[in-house]
Amino acid sequence: MSQDGVLLEVKNLHKHFPIREGLLIERKVGEVKAVDGVSFEIAPGETLGLVGESGSGKSTIGYCILQLIKPTSGSVRFEGTELTDLGREELRRMRREMQIVFQDPYSSLDPRMTVGDIVGEPLIVHGIGTKADRKIRIRELLDVVGFNPSFTNRYPHEFSGGQRQRIGIARALALSPKLIVCDEPVSALDVSIQAQILNLLKDLQRDFELTYLFIAHDLAVVRSMSDRIAVMNRGQLVEIGLAEQVYTNPQDDYTKALLSAVPIPDPRAMKERKAARRKLRHALAEGV
Amino acid sequence: MALLEVNDLRTHFFTREGTVRAVDGVSFAVEKGRTLGIVGESGCGKSVTALSIMGLIPKPPAKIVSGSVVYDGQNLTSLSERKLEDLRGRKIAMIFQDPMTSLNPTLTIGTQITETIRRHYDVPKSQARKKAIELLEEVRIPRASERLDDYPHRFSGGMRQRVMIAIALSCDPKLLIADEPTTALDVTVQASVLDLLDDLRTEHDMAMIIITHDMGVVAEAADDIIVMYAGQVVEHASTLDLFDRPEHPYTEALLGALPQIEGEGIREGRLTAIPGRPPDLIDPPQACRFGPRCPYAGDDSCTQQQPELRELRKGHWVRSAHPASERVGAARREGAPA
Repeated sequence: MSQDGVLLEVKNLHKHFPIREGLLIERKVGEVKAVDGVSFEIAPGETLGLVGESGSGKSTIGYCILQLIKPTSGSVRFEGTELTDLGREELRRMRREMQIVFQDPYSSLDPRMTVGDIVGEPLIVHGIGTKADRKIRIRELLDVVGFNPSFTNRYPHEFSGGQRQRIGIARALALSPKLIVCDEPVSALDVSIQAQILNLLKDLQRDFELTYLFIAHDLAVVRSMSDRIAVMNRGQLVEIGLAEQVYTNPQDDYTKALLSAVPIPDPRAMKERKAARRKLRHALAEGV
Repeated sequence: MALLEVNDLRTHFFTREGTVRAVDGVSFAVEKGRTLGIVGESGCGKSVTALSIMGLIPKPPAKIVSGSVVYDGQNLTSLSERKLEDLRGRKIAMIFQDPMTSLNPTLTIGTQITETIRRHYDVPKSQARKKAIELLEEVRIPRASERLDDYPHRFSGGMRQRVMIAIALSCDPKLLIADEPTTALDVTVQASVLDLLDDLRTEHDMAMIIITHDMGVVAEAADDIIVMYAGQVVEHASTLDLFDRPEHPYTEALLGALPQIEGEGIREGRLTAIPGRPPDLIDPPQACRFGPRCPYAGDDSCTQQQPELRELRKGHWVRSAHPASERVGAARREGAPA
């Protein structure tokens, strides 16, 4: 069924949220077009970076792909199967193939569950293995993400942000998915810990042939992870292409403004960048 | 004489679990009209340093246990709260990371600006209001006179930070401390706020301390940089020298851990992660605090005693037994940055 070379295909995706007003009798007074006609494809083993500022709709796209929220319209095909009209049970089965790693490892892990229970829960939900099998698998998964497997009986609050993110990643890996949506996986972490997690994600991709949709606001982080990059602005995809091309030769004005605004750790280059971005900002302001 | 001198500042938090040595012997000076960047990761003590300068640390549990903060010849640590209040805003002003929570949501921004002006100057309301409009114009808020009577929630994050900057400037301070001023903002907004701060600093002939975790931000905004780790200054140099020739293994590692936006082999390459995490400041190592994570630490002095901050070359200070320029031919432990 599946088209060759395409794992995920998103076509003309829309997600509109209603704006309601009124105290007792609510009525719709408008809508926010969080995602407004977005299309792209992801090949197996590829990382597509999705970059944009807050409110650009990048996380909403991630949720719409996994059907965690229902898109208003458009199509999401995974290995040729249309996800938007799948029933509950079929969707549950499909989710074995697609997982998500969330931004905030402080709020995305249930504080009342042990590390082992968190990582093993997807196995129970999908009825995989005996209790003994699962125990082995949990230790294996924790080992893979660089988390000490002897801590399975501890609770998330006992660990730092980086360690918690490893727990979240182990859980996402539990069902051996093909696609992982990484939604700002390192933005809550310090630079030195961020590097550990980014390296881990790269290693896992190589070892398990994973495909990533990598969502982040940090342009350098996205660059370091992605084969291709899509730039979002106000619900729309303004540019998509090979990572290097998008960054060295951006076509869209918004992409240019975004890239010129990034502070880089090079004081000499920064002087030129500062002058360039001021000029660009004036040009954009006059153009409007 | 420097505008601000911080000497061997120690701010400790006395908690039930023990004494947290959040700031543990920090010294630096800020010259008139210059910008000092303080950079480091969460919990390194950079914000507590700023709050200690301002006399804004929560007492208890925190206490400045030793050291001095000398502004324009006056030791701030021994001033009464009353005297300190006169000085805050008037001479030294501060802006914070989160412009959403540092404005009072129940007061119009006009009220919040004029009340600051009238706290320090004996002027009639009408005059304070006029000054407030000028300030909003100065921080480039469009339609300033109309926006004066708006409440904070009517402003975007970037605009709120501009309002905070207007309040900070209202009494023409000589030193502005900016604690992660752009961390909560989108990158394009961050750029315009940094440009604004840069312009204002020149126009008002202010000195600035900019505190951030972002090496890119200090690279563009600071003249001099302090790198903090576990409550201490580990490196202090001019911005150019720090980026050209970083000396401390931690500074090197921080730079190596940063993903780049341009260059070759970015996608395939790995970042230089720093193993482990910073020490607990309740009972930090007696020896070098970076020792347990340092690729160069051996069984030598750095596991025995704490390295002093020493001047390696003119204006470049480092707290390490193994700075880069003394390391030629030295043994490297596995995993050391190339």
